[in-house]
Amino acid sequence: MRTLYQFHGGIHPPTNKTQSNATPIVQAALPSKLVIPLHQHVGNSARPVVEAGQHVLKGQVIGVAEGHLSSAVHASTSGTISAIDQQLVAHPSGMPDLCITLIPDGRDEWIALESCEDWTELSHSELRHKLREAGVVGLGGAVFPSDMKLYSHKQKINTLVLNGAECEPYITCDDMLMRERAADILQGAELMRALLYAEEVLIGIEDNKPEAITAMRAAVAAGGHQKMDVIAVPTVYPGGGAKQLIRVLTGIEVAAGVRSTNMGVQCFNVGTAYSAWRAIRFGEPLISRIVTLTGNVAHPQNVEALIGTPMDELVGQADPLPGTTDYIMGGPMMGVLMPSKEVGVIKATNCIIASSEAIFPKALPALPCIRCTRCAEVCPSELQPQELYWFAKAKNLDKAEDYHLFDCIECGACSYVCPSNIPLVQYYRFAKSEIWARDASKKAADAARERHEFRESRIEREKREKAEKLAAKEKAAQEAKAAVQPAIAPVNSDADPENTLQLKIQTAIDHAKEQAAAIKPKNTEQLTPEQQAEIDDIEARRARIRELAKDATPT
Amino acid sequence: MLGALLVMAAIAIVLGAVLGFAAIKFRVEGNPLVDKIDAVLPQTQCGQCGYPGCKPYATAIAEGVSDINKCPPGGEEGIHKLADLLGMEFKPFGGETIPKPKAVAIIDETTCIGCTLCIQACPVDAIVGAAKQMHTIIAAECTGCELCLAPCPVDCISMAPIADTVTNWKWKYPVYALTASK
Repeated sequence: MRTLYQFHGGIHPPTNKTQSNATPIVQAALPSKLVIPLHQHVGNSARPVVEAGQHVLKGQVIGVAEGHLSSAVHASTSGTISAIDQQLVAHPSGMPDLCITLIPDGRDEWIALESCEDWTELSHSELRHKLREAGVVGLGGAVFPSDMKLYSHKQKINTLVLNGAECEPYITCDDMLMRERAADILQGAELMRALLYAEEVLIGIEDNKPEAITAMRAAVAAGGHQKMDVIAVPTVYPGGGAKQLIRVLTGIEVAAGVRSTNMGVQCFNVGTAYSAWRAIRFGEPLISRIVTLTGNVAHPQNVEALIGTPMDELVGQADPLPGTTDYIMGGPMMGVLMPSKEVGVIKATNCIIASSEAIFPKALPALPCIRCTRCAEVCPSELQPQELYWFAKAKNLDKAEDYHLFDCIECGACSYVCPSNIPLVQYYRFAKSEIWARDASKKAADAARERHEFRESRIEREKREKAEKLAAKEKAAQEAKAAVQPAIAPVNSDADPENTLQLKIQTAIDHAKEQAAAIKPKNTEQLTPEQQAEIDDIEARRARIRELAKDATPT
Repeated sequence: MLGALLVMAAIAIVLGAVLGFAAIKFRVEGNPLVDKIDAVLPQTQCGQCGYPGCKPYATAIAEGVSDINKCPPGGEEGIHKLADLLGMEFKPFGGETIPKPKAVAIIDETTCIGCTLCIQACPVDAIVGAAKQMHTIIAAECTGCELCLAPCPVDCISMAPIADTVTNWKWKYPVYALTASK
């Protein structure tokens, strides 16, 4: 018998699972239309590769994975693309996102699938590529592209944990999948184990699902799987949280800000293992999933629904009762209210609860926090929810971060026990998205600063280079001039602008002198001897005066 | 007595030398306060504060020449941050300075004549183009400073507010009615 460990806190809400797990999984009827969002996973949105009016086959790629972290999206059935536009999606924002609307032709005709008898012949990178192309993402709710989690080169993975705990009330889709398709899940686990080079596989299932445990154990024995254990874990909410399940099964405490892979453990949902196997073995892309229809309906059940099926058409098959107000996607603890009943089922839709006043009475008005710390007692992440609430409410985001807000898994156990009915998780979600937005704008500001400083220095450099170029040009011109006319004014051949000026003045003076010398006095021909004598006399006098002036100047 | 004095004097000289060396070796270049203020500013480089960029404004604040409420892109939150950093009182925006929602510039490419004037005006090199070639804005790098609007001779640049989408959507602050007990 394996030793199990405990995680801190946890609660025991009414499970409400028996309503929906009594009947086998039913194939949902083909809907009148499918609204398939292109962004159903963590990472980049898929890029549409079809056009409106185009006919597509079931399983045909309609959106290709874009970038490093992304996943492909496929046509869930054969039919005609009627539109590629913004539609309301299953997201708490209630905002539209890019969707492909497909009108089924009723033939449900598959595209040629590439099956693979023996996947061990394929390289690991080929397998990962196939998973990416098949749009396989985490079906436990996080919808993280699975191919990105199936690497083992950075850390040594010892243990692969398969999560079949399904701790949240009302949801039974994993329970039914394990009961009915255990063998395929285990094949998927083998595939994942090979990709991760993991030694053992631990499959954790809460002990309120005895049929699933029996079915899985039988499948392990029948399939001859080695080093694979199906373990019944105590039913405590949120025992299906990845960190919590890892703690219970292995005793490993995944510390704040550390990934479980650093501790040698990787965790996948059982549904993901099933889809990964279908994708590799039969080439089937992820175009359908098991969805629990429950709540205010006459026949709660699990159906295999095509991705994109409008929720109202799907819930219609479980006969909704009067008084249904809204649909909740997910469970009552972590689920989100749908903005409309017509939104399409996405890869993250594990459960649709038809909500009514009777099942989920209106929340009582919140009262002030009395600091009873009951929330701290039940917190599975060992946080101080009352402090986080305090800081989030005051928008003191740095302090909230200091108190490890990002270790909060938003399980809602704190809100469940709060005697003051405070919507604690809403505060944490608010604080988290504010911090993300703040970090994003900080990053943008840093980038802008860097670009601005680079621009400034570039302009400075350009200016300097221009000045240097000009100076060099001037100098070259001067030198050229000096080389051509060195005889004119050798003394003044300096590049000094003042000297240049003097040179010009000197030249002008010389020129004027030459001109003056060239002018001869008029009427000097044909002079009488008297006139000549007079002139000579005057000239002699002038010469004498000049002589005298010359002698006088030095003194 | 003399021995003790000598020992104390020697210690004083050694420590003094260490301190003196450290003061030179670990000298802080520039005013560290300017960088701290600059880190708080939104780096739009828009000049709405009256200074030619965020760094000059940060310098002016550090020198006590300028007020802390001159940066509309930073919003009231920015003023709060500056007030906290400098130990000053919060000061609301003056009459003319009103923060606007964040926006990016968009060039109407059919009207653009390729004059490069906006490229010269952009403080973060977020406009691509060449003379007599169509220009376009790199939306991811645009800070929304509006400095490219004025130089455009054909008025082909407009500001588009950044719309809320599923990807940048934020959870709202919980609002619920507090009802008095009856």
